[in-house]
Amino acid sequence: MNRAVITGLGVAAPNGLGVDAYWSATLAGVSGIGRITRFDPSGYPAVLAGEVPGFDPAAHLGPRLLPQTDHMTRLALVASDAALADAAVVPQRLHEYAMGVVTASSSGGFEFGQRELEKLWSGGPQQVSAYQSYAWFYAVNTGQISIRHGMRGPSGVVVADQAGGLEAVAHARRRIRRNTRLVLTGGVDGSICPWGWVAQLAGGRLSGRDDPGTAYLPFDARACGHVPGEGGAILVAEDLDCARERGARQVYAEIAGYASTFDPAPATGRGPALRRAVQLALADAGLRPADIDVVFADAAGVPALDRSEADAISAVFGPGAVPVTAPKTMTGRLYSGGAPLDLAAAALSIRDGAIPPTVNVGQLAPGIEIDLVRGAPRRVPVAAALVLARGYGGFNAAMVLRALS
Amino acid sequence: MRRRVVITGIGTIAPGGLGTKAFWELLTSGRTATRRISFFDPSPFRSQVAAECDFAPDREGLTPQEIRRMDRAAQFAVVCAREALSDAGLGPHELRPPRTSVVIGSAVGATTSLEREYVVVSDGGRLERVSHEYAVPHLYGYLVPSSFATEVAWAVGAEGPTTVVSTGCTSGLDAIGYATDLIREGSADTAVAGATDAPISPITVACFDAIRATTPRNDDPEHASRPFDRSRNGFALGEGAAVLVLEEAERARRRGAHAYAEIAGFASRCNAFHMTGLKPDGREMAEAIRAALDEARLDGTDIDYINAHGSGTKQNDRHETAAFKRSLGPHAYRTPVSSIKSMIGHSLGAIGSIEVAACALAIEHRVLPPTANLHNPDPECDLDYVPLVAREQRTSAVLCVGSGFGGFQSAMVLARPDRRAA
Amino acid sequence: MSTLTMTDLTKLLRACAGDAEHADLDGDVLDETFADLGYDSLALLELSGQIKQRYGVALPDDAARVTATPRQFLALVNSLS
Repeated sequence: MNRAVITGLGVAAPNGLGVDAYWSATLAGVSGIGRITRFDPSGYPAVLAGEVPGFDPAAHLGPRLLPQTDHMTRLALVASDAALADAAVVPQRLHEYAMGVVTASSSGGFEFGQRELEKLWSGGPQQVSAYQSYAWFYAVNTGQISIRHGMRGPSGVVVADQAGGLEAVAHARRRIRRNTRLVLTGGVDGSICPWGWVAQLAGGRLSGRDDPGTAYLPFDARACGHVPGEGGAILVAEDLDCARERGARQVYAEIAGYASTFDPAPATGRGPALRRAVQLALADAGLRPADIDVVFADAAGVPALDRSEADAISAVFGPGAVPVTAPKTMTGRLYSGGAPLDLAAAALSIRDGAIPPTVNVGQLAPGIEIDLVRGAPRRVPVAAALVLARGYGGFNAAMVLRALS
Repeated sequence: MRRRVVITGIGTIAPGGLGTKAFWELLTSGRTATRRISFFDPSPFRSQVAAECDFAPDREGLTPQEIRRMDRAAQFAVVCAREALSDAGLGPHELRPPRTSVVIGSAVGATTSLEREYVVVSDGGRLERVSHEYAVPHLYGYLVPSSFATEVAWAVGAEGPTTVVSTGCTSGLDAIGYATDLIREGSADTAVAGATDAPISPITVACFDAIRATTPRNDDPEHASRPFDRSRNGFALGEGAAVLVLEEAERARRRGAHAYAEIAGFASRCNAFHMTGLKPDGREMAEAIRAALDEARLDGTDIDYINAHGSGTKQNDRHETAAFKRSLGPHAYRTPVSSIKSMIGHSLGAIGSIEVAACALAIEHRVLPPTANLHNPDPECDLDYVPLVAREQRTSAVLCVGSGFGGFQSAMVLARPDRRAA
Repeated sequence: MSTLTMTDLTKLLRACAGDAEHADLDGDVLDETFADLGYDSLALLELSGQIKQRYGVALPDDAARVTATPRQFLALVNSLS
């Protein structure tokens, strides 16, 4: 069976635009969370977000793309360019049908959509832009990336809230197993606009604190919700043989195992299914719990969800038996971009033998027995990393990345 | 040995009649369900035609809380999922939850609910900093349409791999293809898979107006959707859903399930050309067709019916006619092709699943639905499009195709379930 | 409405569809095709929408097809206003 590996990373994160900026900030514990600047958040119950710094779309994208793209699509296009450059892949040199694009989305181009809704309802139907027909819908990033790079192979878009980012990469692996050579995959998200903000608030999980140092504290006794962010990561996933054949300059890791499950309906009274996803993912990778060197947690930041995640991890690995971390404490939760960014961090932790820290978290909530990495990065060899992601409504996903031996 | 996937249950909600029986009756009658938009006043819009479903959720078994929290498209999906399970003869305790997957396609998610709520929180578009105090609690489920999969998973008791697939107008085909992959790779044994969209809302009508994609034939709504006809001038926006029960073939056989059809092959490609435009040569759709046939271990000459995308835009119908000729060669001229969008409009992400349901029913009942309103074929569209009247014909291998914004091109091959194993 | 000029058209195009990627819209482009300038049918639809909103001039559905160059487009708009 074809093996799928990650050969390139493109990152747009609130604590760093570009993979090097992101990783050095993350290892140094530098957070990108702050008071929202994309709109004036005063008067809303939550005012903090992770926003990507210093992004000048005109510096990266041609003028014709600008009117027809939402902010998050622009970030995605730049991340896709960066991923291909990192992998040293020139798409024109590969067969057009051998390359695909599979991204995750959660709310599409919501900011673009808000502007168009406003034009419609304050000015009438004729104010609506021709670009509204595709600038906001969930498939837009896959479509625009495929056009930009001439990728005509099997492509897709999945929506599973924050778990979708792992499902997208898993689907890329499915395509590679079915002989697509290369898939650009991952997710970049962002709905930091008033309409998106109000919708996120309605989910009931946003932290109401306005101090970036204490707003998003997963596993902490003071946990009170998460801080959202924008951004994510686009990865180059390739068939291993093809990567070797073209002389790929690096292979970060193999996508070794994956599983997804869905929580039993609330009416059943049965517990969540994250643990089962972890067990199935390990089995898929052919690994035992002892083989995992780090767990990148979903880190919901909501007390009951933190407890159930910690319980699942303890049940599989033993209490405190595996290092756990949540670098998303430095970026916020990025919806469809969150898990791909965690995969990027996991790949880099494998490359550098360094587990990034979780920031701001102090005393763990009672009953939470995990070895949470804090302070300095933990310098240990990382041969296999487990990334967890859960989506609102009951989605669970677990993915194992493993260093090539 | 390769795992095979069959369709054992069908649930549909389509314009002109709720439930699969009414759906099939409409399709075989050749009647159309397009009419003047009634959900809101269409007079400020260029296209004032749509194919609407007369769907009252309280009469379809949904509870008041379900109705309140679910977008219309989610309501469609849940009702269809229940019909499909019942049709498959699967009671609530006959599915193994961890081995049951849910994959639901949707192009525009909870657009209708989002727009309705936007009008309130923005106070009619007046406020850019919209009001959180007027937001309903379920707004998050509208923001992120994976809630559609959540609702179906709750309704059927699924605990296996679950996701929404959202690839624009090919979502319906792609969701079923996705679920087929999950069963084939062994991640699930049963899947509740299909698609839904309820896009008939001002913002959607306005955005298609802006690109002149929808038909402005407002003086004759019943005959407004005219795929392959010389006088076609755009698609008629529709709404609806179809959800299927897919099962691993051996398990289905062992429990004595009735199989409508096997999903023999599926493939997708992108044209990487333009977000909305199509080149006339149809080459990437042809490539998707070729790959789907390959997977089905069939030849183009094995296909005995094609269910077209047939949206009724000038560019689409020409594009896919070229794709059929390119992929099937001279056999394209011997193969009946029809577009049911002529009757039920284009429900965006939902239509691909509705069309797969129609193909399964065509195989089952040995009848091909017609292309309605086809009186003067475009000379460039010179194939046999089964004009106006349904045709009795036994089929063994049916091709269903779709094309969507973003450049997506998808193709699925359904085979009669009693064909010899390849 | 007074006559729509190339200067007006350039401003509108830039605002609604973005600046031309490889051509100089301020140069002599009256007889360049929109396609050569990098503007697809969607850009022209967007432009038509702007013309309708700002000047009240409704262009026919096939305007994009029959006006290949800025000169032809301006002629059409000005003939209808």
